[in-house]
Amino acid sequence: MEAETVIGMVSIITAGFTIAIGSLGPALGEARAAAEALRAIAQQPDEANTITRTLFVAMALIESTAIYALVVALILIFANPFWAEFTG
Amino acid sequence: MGSGDITPDETVLWDGGFVNINLTLITTWAVMVLIIGSAWLITRRLSTGPHMSRWQNGLEVTVDALRSQIREISGQDPDRYLALAGTLFIFIFVSGALSILPGYVPPTASLSTTTALALCVFFAVPVYGISAQGVGSYLRSYVRPNVFMLPFNILAELSRTLALAVRLFGNVMSFTKIVAILLSLAPLLFPAVLNALGLLTGAIQAYIFTVLAIVYIAAGSRVHRHEQPPMESDMVGLDAYGDPTPGRPPHESPSSTSEENTTPTPPVASATGSGAATSPPPSAKSGGAP
Repeated sequence: MEAETVIGMVSIITAGFTIAIGSLGPALGEARAAAEALRAIAQQPDEANTITRTLFVAMALIESTAIYALVVALILIFANPFWAEFTG
Repeated sequence: MGSGDITPDETVLWDGGFVNINLTLITTWAVMVLIIGSAWLITRRLSTGPHMSRWQNGLEVTVDALRSQIREISGQDPDRYLALAGTLFIFIFVSGALSILPGYVPPTASLSTTTALALCVFFAVPVYGISAQGVGSYLRSYVRPNVFMLPFNILAELSRTLALAVRLFGNVMSFTKIVAILLSLAPLLFPAVLNALGLLTGAIQAYIFTVLAIVYIAAGSRVHRHEQPPMESDMVGLDAYGDPTPGRPPHESPSSTSEENTTPTPPVASATGSGAATSPPPSAKSGGAP
């Protein structure tokens, strides 16, 4: 196989693994955050506004790890610097 | 933006060698002109009476909501942060909301734009902090627990700036990219539905960017206020834990109290007793501390 094919194959396989593994942890973390926030709202309905706002920010912070994985995966597929050397 | 590139930076419209004009510049200036122009048009004829134009009403609602949000988040005077935080929110929100236009790519889908916005926050933290508490007190906040935390504090400043930039870029870029991919796969209905979801994500991302900016800046300008009395929810948590350290962040209290739901914690007692969780009765506090 020539180098271009190998780089393309490795990039695509790695991108798949990147987003697959990288989304596991944030998914578990967001599920736990949402469950805890729902429980907190059930206990203290008066504080629902504060809890919801904090939940949004916490979700964004947790989600950013998955976003990093997504950015790396998209760069591997669409803007691969090694691939661009061959295809021009 | 074609299907092969992931940022609108690579769509170069005019190449002048050292300086080139790409799609990001065009859309950024278009958004700025739109915001400033509409704000100028609306505020040209302001009325203080009960009869006002609906545009003025909308603008007042926006500014009022921004002020109340900043006051709730920072716990300080909102006018200090209104200019910066409001500008950030409105710019990111409008640039995301305009993505319903065909051929438009949000400027926040480019890493250069989001890096510029994050750098604004990065430099605003010391500016606001020094203007609030002076140079010495601000610099002392870097060695706040002890001097060994100095590298970690500096690292945290840098990494949160990077996270701020990459988070906004990743969210907006991934949605434009997903819509572009879907457009080539199923061009009838799905891109429109996903574009609507992208509008929601863009609004949430604008909110989150602004909230984080306010939190960072407000934290940098109130470091020395550890002596403030803890909030009532904190006092409930302190009684339940027997934890003598003050200054527990109030955002941790919902999750920390909900973890102890098997034991009769004061929030449960107050919720069943009076229904007002914000003002627990004294009996709840005595019942929570064995």
